[in-house]
Amino acid sequence: MKRQTLDRLNADRAEKRPVALVTETASGAQWLVHADAETGAADLHGEVLRQARMALTDDRGTSTEVEGLSYFIQVHNPPLRLFIVGAVHITQALARIALLAGYAVTVIDPRRAFAEAERFPGLEVSSEWPDDVLTAAALDRRSAIVTLSHDPKIDDPALETVLKSEVFYIGSLGSKRTHGKRLARLQEKGFSGAEMARIHGPIGLDIGAKSPAEIAISIIAEITEARRARRDKAPAPGAA
Amino acid sequence: MTDAQVEREDILGTAAAWRDAGREVGLATVIATWGSSPRPVGSQLVVDGEGRFEGSVSGGCIEGAVIETAMGAMRSGQPKLLEFGVSDEQAWEVGLACGGTVRVYVEKVD
Repeated sequence: MKRQTLDRLNADRAEKRPVALVTETASGAQWLVHADAETGAADLHGEVLRQARMALTDDRGTSTEVEGLSYFIQVHNPPLRLFIVGAVHITQALARIALLAGYAVTVIDPRRAFAEAERFPGLEVSSEWPDDVLTAAALDRRSAIVTLSHDPKIDDPALETVLKSEVFYIGSLGSKRTHGKRLARLQEKGFSGAEMARIHGPIGLDIGAKSPAEIAISIIAEITEARRARRDKAPAPGAA
Repeated sequence: MTDAQVEREDILGTAAAWRDAGREVGLATVIATWGSSPRPVGSQLVVDGEGRFEGSVSGGCIEGAVIETAMGAMRSGQPKLLEFGVSDEQAWEVGLACGGTVRVYVEKVD
């Protein structure tokens, strides 16, 4: 890999700009392809360019053969995002585990005493209202949201906002009874059963978790399942 | 930065930092997998001229062979494709115990 290519690639990653690295594996020739423009790809075969753009959309690397040459397309998308509403004890454990799993984590809690940056070193912490933060965040299919505050004044506006978005995971802390009441409130706001079925509640895989760290593990496991297992069962890439 | 953030892999960042420090650098990337394989497509390993490395392209079974190839690629400047699988004699030697097949692209970082 040319140093120039590596530096551009790292600059795109730092700026969270999706980019695909195309390698012709026999000669080692490489091209960077973006969604809109390509760098040094003037001589890249049009069919490979098309497939690189498709790989960017699918968020998945691929190999292809065009006119007798083999190409590997590696997608470098910005990290998945996890928004945690409620800066509670579980949040401290969940934020750490999510970072290890590669997520960019944002903690939101309008109660300033909870959203003390000291409790979440190195993390993005917001003490604004969740619906404002989540609206501004431009949620997408690479975003997940977890509500942990247990306070309807904080959790409900967050849920109402994310239910209108394409996030790949929504989870809400609370017992079956609490979750039932939550669904009743959302129904009153006009959300359908199908829409509300997107909310995982009670949150997390059922592994008998008790401590905050164990609950965090069950939550990140459920998010991983939503991201990986169902997607791998999905029919055609490109349909997603 | 928290410990957790420091622990997160940044293979390409490491490659650039090592080059800046004057080290020879090779890069290995999993470009295809069949059957069960421990690391998905896109997994990377960076290695320097003395064989020090970070990252992984398997659960540890083929790293030795990959590192050796990468050191060769650093000397020659030529990229190389490696394939490891159970039906493969080389894999028998290095032991891809999981029973899958992986194809690894190895290149020098200029």
